[in-house]
Amino acid sequence: MTGKQTLHSDLAAKGWSRRDLARMLGAAGALSVLPFGGFAQAQGAASANLAMIGEPQTLDPMASTADLPSLIMMHVYESLYTFDADLNAKPMLAVDMPKISNNGLGYEIEIRKGVKLHSGRELDVEDVIASLKRWFEMTPRGKSINANVVTMEARGSHGLAITLKAPVPAFATHMALPSGYAAIMAKESIATPLVSFVGTGPYKFQERKPDQFVVLTRFDGYSARSEAPSGYAGKREAKIGELRFIPVPNANTRVEGVIAGQYHFADQIPVESYKRIAATASVKPVLVMPYGFPYFVLNTKQGPFADKRVRQAYQLALSNTEMLLAAFGDDKFFKATAAHFPKASPFHSAAGDKVYDKADTAAAKKLLADAKYDGAPIRILNSKQYEFHHRMALVMAENLKAAGFKVQLDVVDWATLVQRRADPAVYDVYITHSGFYPEPMLSPPQLGSGAPGWWDSPAKTAALAAFNSESDPVKRGALWGKVQEVIYDEVPYIRAGEFAALSASSAKMTGFTPMPMPAFWNVGL
Amino acid sequence: MLTTLARKLGGMITVMFLVATMVFFLTRLAPGDPAALMLGDQATQADIEQLRKTYGLDQPLLVQYGLWLKEVIAGNLGQSIFLQRPVLTAIGERAEPTFFLALFSILIASLIGIPAGIISAVWRGGRSDQAVSAGAMLAASIPSFWLGLLFIQFFSVTLGWFPVAGYGDPGAPLAQRLYHLILPATVLGIVNSALITRFTRASMLDVLSEDFVRTARAKGLSESRIVLRHALGNALVPIITVVGLTAALLVGGAIITETVFGLPGIGNLVVSAVLRRDYPVIQGALIVIAGIYVMINFAIDVIYTLVDPRVKT
Repeated sequence: MTGKQTLHSDLAAKGWSRRDLARMLGAAGALSVLPFGGFAQAQGAASANLAMIGEPQTLDPMASTADLPSLIMMHVYESLYTFDADLNAKPMLAVDMPKISNNGLGYEIEIRKGVKLHSGRELDVEDVIASLKRWFEMTPRGKSINANVVTMEARGSHGLAITLKAPVPAFATHMALPSGYAAIMAKESIATPLVSFVGTGPYKFQERKPDQFVVLTRFDGYSARSEAPSGYAGKREAKIGELRFIPVPNANTRVEGVIAGQYHFADQIPVESYKRIAATASVKPVLVMPYGFPYFVLNTKQGPFADKRVRQAYQLALSNTEMLLAAFGDDKFFKATAAHFPKASPFHSAAGDKVYDKADTAAAKKLLADAKYDGAPIRILNSKQYEFHHRMALVMAENLKAAGFKVQLDVVDWATLVQRRADPAVYDVYITHSGFYPEPMLSPPQLGSGAPGWWDSPAKTAALAAFNSESDPVKRGALWGKVQEVIYDEVPYIRAGEFAALSASSAKMTGFTPMPMPAFWNVGL
Repeated sequence: MLTTLARKLGGMITVMFLVATMVFFLTRLAPGDPAALMLGDQATQADIEQLRKTYGLDQPLLVQYGLWLKEVIAGNLGQSIFLQRPVLTAIGERAEPTFFLALFSILIASLIGIPAGIISAVWRGGRSDQAVSAGAMLAASIPSFWLGLLFIQFFSVTLGWFPVAGYGDPGAPLAQRLYHLILPATVLGIVNSALITRFTRASMLDVLSEDFVRTARAKGLSESRIVLRHALGNALVPIITVVGLTAALLVGGAIITETVFGLPGIGNLVVSAVLRRDYPVIQGALIVIAGIYVMINFAIDVIYTLVDPRVKT
């Protein structure tokens, strides 16, 4: 006798008819016959669904240094300069790179003529001045540059002259950086907060529904550059009519969505999903290397790490390769390297390779003995909100114990970490990460003054003063090597290595160039 | 009756005041600084202090509480630090998916739970009872995020019947938006049906052993009429309670399900606000959720009096 027959017999014995049961269960069944013929797969080339890691807190690219607002709005707002595929600064709204005079104190920038704003008006120097003034006032990077600006004046309708009181090396690079960036806006649209988004980009702002989507549509009046595309630089063309940036905070949902065809692009997916993406014909993995670097900031102000020898012992005790392996699982997704910049960069230097990734417990123990380390626990402040931070902390703790350190793991949420890292009394080292930037001074903030860790020494001041007062790119490269030497000697922070970002796109997507922030101009479906 | 209602209303106001106070202080007790989070790594301490001042976070806690409470009483829940819009607007923008998700979930949970509970009670000890009890146990034990991912994998990725996530394309009509809720509502419905099943079974078992049921059988009424009309009617009070409370919890935002299915609901809003320490949003959303909870409880009390006249006394 089958289960079905049993149930039917039971019902009959109790005086129930099929109709009674049907009445009771019918409503539930009705849900399965809703008048939908199946989920429509992702739309054609008219629109692209792009799954992002979350909701942008703002669409004002100057109101936050977070990546998401800039990632979306760099399609709307262009800057004077941008990066090519090798992360060299190249002109975008400027005609060419700035003409530098007066020993690096005078900058002349010519703005392209005939560039249309989304309002239909032509861009002129007054828009640029109004936008840069806003950038100088609102953003941390703009403020640091503004501290050196004496005058900023128009030269005719499309010329800009900036006079500095001290040289700002890599001035164009600062303006090219896409996070918290120097977006050029129509002067009449400038307000705080922004209520209309009028730029010059290949896409214009259409609609935002919080937690649902930000929609950008093709700007038919776009004025493209003539050079071949390279990275963010060169010719831009909006091949897809509508870009929909959709917040999908759950990483697994982004993976399933791109495999199912609901999304054409899924940003930042777990490295564990690589094999599945690679094995699925309808999607392809997108790897950006280097995407960023994890780093450990040491409290040089108080506690055991106030002693340089203890910091050096800490550095020697670490196995960076083990930590990166624990964090990212496969060497496809990381690179253990002492160099802070890749070989193609003018800032590439091998300084530090004698102390990086050594896991030399004997040398570390000797330094600890010399420093008379008293066994005070090393408090490792880390957050599980970034799982790879915590995995690195676990390996770090074992490395340190092996070298004779006492260790205390303080695991908190990210908001707590950001608050506590400002208090030198509550930690000895904290784990964080940064995006990879082509200009050394852009990150980490410990290269400046006053940042958590409070690194301050005569050697730092001297090395950075020499580096920051030099405008010649070749000489700057050599001078950065000196700064890197000081970093490895004084150990204010340890750059663990480099890591990649994994994303996934539809196999139909063409023309996509992997860059730290994905850009969707020149992309077709 | 009016006195009872007035007394209940007074209780509601007291509860809301206590909730508001607790929410404010518990939120502020948690470590974290929204200004530091918002400005990021490149910000100086002066920038952070300036932003704290802008949002009044530099004021003593009691002063902040007084100012906030005054605004809340006036119907203003404040301005979100991160979203740069009024908290009420932010909640309003996310109310629709949460409301419909709660509605469909509770509908599905009831459609599963009440019949299953009745079957289980009517055939107590039989195979049907064992099957229903095992099913209820399973439903109560399954984490909703796991079931959600399983449903996405099978119904969306493999079969392609439903969207993986989201709440419809830009300009999508209501039908398309609601279509996006079928999978998450089913997941929540299944998970929440367990409690309703067990309450229905227990309540029905109590009623089925009453004298009036025996009398009805002696009078020769059909079993279906006895169970569905007489017994179920008398067993409804505890069932309404559990259905109502479940609905209230769901309106508060099915946080995990909304996150897995990428739904732009209140649950998602609260999670983001907590991670960002967006105090006005956390406080405002929790007050609204508590208000809905209190009102649903009040509605349940009123429904009791309609369903069971004995409650009036």
